[in-house]
Amino acid sequence: MIEVVGVTKRYGDRVAVDDVTFTVRPGMVTGFVGPNGAGKSTTMRMILGLDAPTAGETRVNGKRYADHPAPLREVGALLEAKAVHTGRSAYNHLLALALTHGIPRRRVDEVIELVGLREVARKRVGGFSLGMGQRLGVAAALLGDPHTLVLDEPVNGLDPEGVRWIRQLLRSLVADGRTVFLSSHLMSEMELTADHLVIIGKGRLIADTSMAEFTNRFSRKVVRVRAQEAGTLRDLLVGPEVSVTALDGGLLEVHGLTSGEIGQIACRNAIPLDELTPVVASLEEAFMDLTQDAVEFAVHQDGLTERTAS
Amino acid sequence: MTATLPEAQRSSAPQPLPDDIRVTQLRVMRSEWHKFWSLRSSYFTLAATLIAMIGFGGLFAAVTANRWPHMRPVEQAHFDPTAVSLRGFYLAQLVVGVLGVLIVTGEYSTGMIRSSLGAAPRRLPVLVGKAVVFAVITLVVTVVTAFVAFFLGQYLLSSQHIETTIGADGVARAVVGTALYLTVVGLMGVGLGFVVRSTAGAIASLFGILLVLPVLGEALPTDWATNIDPYLPSNAGQQLMVVHPDPAALLGPWSGFAVFCGYAAVALILGAVLLRRRDA
Repeated sequence: MIEVVGVTKRYGDRVAVDDVTFTVRPGMVTGFVGPNGAGKSTTMRMILGLDAPTAGETRVNGKRYADHPAPLREVGALLEAKAVHTGRSAYNHLLALALTHGIPRRRVDEVIELVGLREVARKRVGGFSLGMGQRLGVAAALLGDPHTLVLDEPVNGLDPEGVRWIRQLLRSLVADGRTVFLSSHLMSEMELTADHLVIIGKGRLIADTSMAEFTNRFSRKVVRVRAQEAGTLRDLLVGPEVSVTALDGGLLEVHGLTSGEIGQIACRNAIPLDELTPVVASLEEAFMDLTQDAVEFAVHQDGLTERTAS
Repeated sequence: MTATLPEAQRSSAPQPLPDDIRVTQLRVMRSEWHKFWSLRSSYFTLAATLIAMIGFGGLFAAVTANRWPHMRPVEQAHFDPTAVSLRGFYLAQLVVGVLGVLIVTGEYSTGMIRSSLGAAPRRLPVLVGKAVVFAVITLVVTVVTAFVAFFLGQYLLSSQHIETTIGADGVARAVVGTALYLTVVGLMGVGLGFVVRSTAGAIASLFGILLVLPVLGEALPTDWATNIDPYLPSNAGQQLMVVHPDPAALLGPWSGFAVFCGYAAVALILGAVLLRRRDA
């Protein structure tokens, strides 16, 4: 379990994270989403004790990360930037980390095997591709066989094969019953993996909700209807809870009615339908709508401070 | 779901990890020891130290022996066979200083420091581990090279019968003192590495302190210079390498070295405070 309690991080005048509170519950995947620069990485670094919060605190399994006698046993982390000395081999990098905890060498071999780096384990990390670097980061995160994993944008910049690999890995982590805290600037990534969502924009918490609830609340349901007598049908469908947008070629987009209800109305009025398609707007759109406000708000705020300063 | 996953995709340890897994200072030291020996640059810099000390010491001794019959009596009177054979320290201090800086700033420039501090989030053990590992390795290497340089130098000087022996007054102290001085130069580099965090900045600071300060000190008015110059870091530290110290000097060999260690300690303590306080 990860707790973030009233955390604020300021860099000079800039507020990177603004009084954010949420909990990453055990045994599920919590998605941490927000546009680039929303404060995701900063928050994750604060959880791992790399950055100190200006206010508030972060706890991992009830303690500050640094207060655990074996931190790698509690949380494994893959941070966005490569955190590896380029002159060292993958094996030696992992062994150096393992030695700090007294983790046996066989575990180093295991994680190398697990992420598929055996052939290049003795090569210097400087020559690694982005995908190989990401695998090495995952190997380091799994070194202490931790119950909780913090992964910052694990699919960012990966080729399709790498993305597929990360997704499979996430599924296996979940199958093991681990807690995963995963950040992304793409909602589509979360649709596939996350049980719970924490959404931030410009450093502020926007939503802390289950995936199901988020889908229910924010995905707009639209039904597309095509008919020769589109005009007549339109008049029959509109109502206080229902809006209809007429498009070209007899196509209507209907909000507020299910496809079944539309079909019945058409049938009762003997209007033949050429097409009746329920369309679920993607969560990506809902997410964009949500975070758009935060972005605009922040831009406006910046303008304001500039004006008052001058 | 678990059953459908291929075995290689399972992320848990097939055998559970032992119970005594936790971070200790000794283990962080072991990790730093492994880090040191798993980089090529460590071997290059240690080899460069050897070349600087033994190669240049031998070269100076050979040149001196060759020129001895042509030297003026004044020059011959000031001749110090120990100092000539150890002269390579002047170059070696650059190499050792850079090594001390690099074991720290190499982690900052590559991002490795985030992994290191993630594994040892109390942070201080990382600094202590680096300093101890560096000091042990450097001291062993420089003691050996200082003795080799000394004996090689004396062998070359013996062609003119102007050599000295390790048993002569003050000689053993100067030879061991060279190694001690070099080690503390490197430790100062480690401390400055944690303070400045960039390779170029830390190296510039270190050699500014060691090489430029004494030159600036010489430019001071004499009455100031006599009271200030002996306390400048490298002046104080190099007292330990003087075979026949001036009894009237403000700082003797060991008190001078103690002052020098004080400067290195300040750099390390400042580095420790900043390491604890700053974001990684």
